[in-house]
Amino acid sequence: MPYLVHSEEDRASMLESIGVQSMDDLLVDIPQSLRIGSLDLPDGLSEYETMSQIASLAARNRVFPDRLTFRGGGVYRRFIPAAVAAVTSKPEFYTAYTPYQPEASQGTLQAIFEFQTLIAELTALDVANASLYDGATAVAEAAMMAHIHTGRNEVMVSGYLHPEYVEVLRAFCDGRGIKVRKGTEPGPKTAAVIFQQPDFLGLLVDAKTLTENAHAAGALAIACVDPISLAILSPPGEYGADIAVGEGQQLGLSPSYGGPHVGFISCRRELVRRLPGRLIGIAHDKQGRRGFVLALSAREQHIRREKASSNICTNHSLCALAASVYMTYMGPKGLRQVAEVSFKRAHVLAERLAALPGWEPAFPDRQFVNEFPMRVPKASAVVRKLARKGILGPIEVQRWFRELKGVVTFTCTEVNDARALDELLAALEA
Amino acid sequence: MTELLSFEKSRPAASPPRLPEADVKGLDPSQVLGPDLLRQKAPGLPQLSEPEIMRHYSRLASMNYSISEQFYPLGSCTMKYNPVVNEVAAALPGFAGLHPYQDEDTVQGALELMWRLERALCAVVGVERVTLQPAAGAHGEWTALRMISAYHHSRGDNRTEVLVPDSAHGTNPASAALSGFQVVEVKSGPDGRISLADLESKLSPRVAALMLTNPNTLGLFERQILDIAEMVHATGAMLYYDGANLNAFMGICRPGDMGFDAVHMNLHKTFTTPHGGGGPGAGPVGVKAELVPFLPTPTVERTNGHLKLDFKRPKSIGRVRSFYGNFGMLVRAYSYVVAMGGDGLTQASRDAVLSANYLRKQVENDLEMPHEGPCMHEFVASAQNLTHDGVKALDVAKALLDRDFYAPTIYFPLVVPEALMVEPTETESKANLDAFAAAIKEIVAEAKSNPQALHDAPQNLPVGRLDEVAAARRINAYLQGQSEDPVLRWKTPEK
Repeated sequence: MPYLVHSEEDRASMLESIGVQSMDDLLVDIPQSLRIGSLDLPDGLSEYETMSQIASLAARNRVFPDRLTFRGGGVYRRFIPAAVAAVTSKPEFYTAYTPYQPEASQGTLQAIFEFQTLIAELTALDVANASLYDGATAVAEAAMMAHIHTGRNEVMVSGYLHPEYVEVLRAFCDGRGIKVRKGTEPGPKTAAVIFQQPDFLGLLVDAKTLTENAHAAGALAIACVDPISLAILSPPGEYGADIAVGEGQQLGLSPSYGGPHVGFISCRRELVRRLPGRLIGIAHDKQGRRGFVLALSAREQHIRREKASSNICTNHSLCALAASVYMTYMGPKGLRQVAEVSFKRAHVLAERLAALPGWEPAFPDRQFVNEFPMRVPKASAVVRKLARKGILGPIEVQRWFRELKGVVTFTCTEVNDARALDELLAALEA
Repeated sequence: MTELLSFEKSRPAASPPRLPEADVKGLDPSQVLGPDLLRQKAPGLPQLSEPEIMRHYSRLASMNYSISEQFYPLGSCTMKYNPVVNEVAAALPGFAGLHPYQDEDTVQGALELMWRLERALCAVVGVERVTLQPAAGAHGEWTALRMISAYHHSRGDNRTEVLVPDSAHGTNPASAALSGFQVVEVKSGPDGRISLADLESKLSPRVAALMLTNPNTLGLFERQILDIAEMVHATGAMLYYDGANLNAFMGICRPGDMGFDAVHMNLHKTFTTPHGGGGPGAGPVGVKAELVPFLPTPTVERTNGHLKLDFKRPKSIGRVRSFYGNFGMLVRAYSYVVAMGGDGLTQASRDAVLSANYLRKQVENDLEMPHEGPCMHEFVASAQNLTHDGVKALDVAKALLDRDFYAPTIYFPLVVPEALMVEPTETESKANLDAFAAAIKEIVAEAKSNPQALHDAPQNLPVGRLDEVAAARRINAYLQGQSEDPVLRWKTPEK
């Protein structure tokens, strides 16, 4: 059988060493009435047959080429340097556990310490944690931090926050008896104002004013940000936000039907004790050598149990490693170039689309980076038509926002080359 | 060996990677966006060439112990071999390249895989339906408690407490608290199993659920599980199964048959998806019929061979994660289930139990065994017998690292002093188990002959024992504003 190591002889000799006759003697504690003869599953397959079956499932999916993908909505096609997979496929990284024994886990610990620093730098805040599951749970965890920190029982969602993030936020808040309210005017019960920059439609919000209004009401400001846009855009730390969160998929992770990706969270110094999950810090051994350890674990579930700041244990370490390799590969200049190329192409595309008959920007007065909403005639027909030409077209956002009938969002990144834009336009004009 | 941080190696003169140019005549962001929207100071990312970056991460990798190179007997973590074919499967472009908002018609293979994995997990644990959405075990626990809470609420029953045994994983009480429940602890009896008398005294109409791991964290099967289930159900509460220890009995018995109403599974333990140095994992939750209406949205439904995502579930607790969960991990787990089959999974659990009992036998005269065997897939030993020589479980753990073994889980469960929790799994050979037992014997002998050597361990690793107390002091100083060194991140020294 695959992956099993004991031979029948091993099994017999092990039973003999234990001093029992058969396996049944080891399973005596399980009541007979609970024993099942076998599992209601087919017998195992050879590796060849296994892969044939799985490959045939993969073949039943349609994969659109990167360059002809104009769909975003939280998951984006980007150039992923080969270095990322070369690092994350090292078994020393991907087959290690959470670094409970620091001396034997310095590779993971240092890599994640670097991740924390990279996120803190990108968001211009003091400290970031070792990662969270995704952007949605990162928003929810940040709301929990604000609730605990302020002792207030309401969070305010301002503008077009990703609808799935709002749903997850609601599920978390329901458990804790926290109200989720949509609006722009925080009050004395508001623990935090949460906004997304750019928002779900791709539009830029007035992050500075939102932050100031939150603070004026005694609430925290939580900014949900696009990591790549931060090469261009003012980061949360510059406009005074207290907590930054976001989805890190764009930092070197494939779409993979929505996961695994990586959530990130960073905050001001005053809030560090409220952070959920792992934190890695510098420590030294007796000889004065520098190393890295899990730090401030008194916040965490394995020590604090029901009083922990979060229940998170396993996070998304390997995805954080991928993001670290990506950010290190890019450096400040590379990241800026990726952001700028995406920005320029998206703006050119937006202009060309607006020239199509009946098409117009859905929010003509609003700025964007590389994702933008258009109001179009017959949105569903547009998407279907593009699919027929092998193009993964825009998202119809009416699915979530009834008031946005006929609005679709397009995304453009460095993988959508100039010819791909031409092909998109040609398909729409045909 | 130590390795400088990428930030310390950074050279501002290093040339940036060659990336696509815009190739369109577009305006720069600074020409379009107002100054308030623009970043003032570039982020302090390191600047290195690709060869330097690859060297950096290769050297970091070499500083890790991992299941690929070491025996990793970390109790409760089920560190078994991660089949390499699973990685190939997850990387197939037909999976890795899928956008989560593609139309259902273009992702039938992905949905079929999810549906089949759900059916397989239902068969293994004996439940009606499974949600694949939770991203990790603790996330699954919380999801299950949200469903249990919604179930009680739907019946107009406002229950406020969740019972958790004193031997439980810390995530159990934390998940219960995050779901808005008060946590009430249930004591273990002298035989290491839950005390029925104590359970009886804690059960009341206020109790929403009992969270239980079986076999428990001591590796012992709760023999009276059927009585426990009856007691819990009689008060109208639900029984929740923490699947951390599912590797003990696949194909031997099923939590559903024991009376559990909700069951979480760790695909990164039992179903071999790699742990990644701390995730990503996946924590699907299985439920019996009465909890099905409360499953997170969307569910995957299959009619006449056509698959769809069902978002219209009025009683659902909503969404617990964006999209559909850690899909890439689901592909890996499915690949494992197909390759193993029902016969293979059953043999895996039997071998896991055999290996644990065998290893327990090999070291039973060297360490204390606070509870009688047989054990299931793991056992908890105690280093209490070494304490009169001044040697602690921590010393044993570090001495094992020096002998090229990862350490067992130590100081857990809390009910055993100087605990060493050992889970060998089915993928470790008898020869390796013997070598580990020999290392334990050597360490126990050294506790008598040269305890200082154990206190000084590890000696053969990139760093020795790290002073976490001093680190915590420095972090506190930073958090209290008495120092500008954050300790939790690198700060380039100002010139």
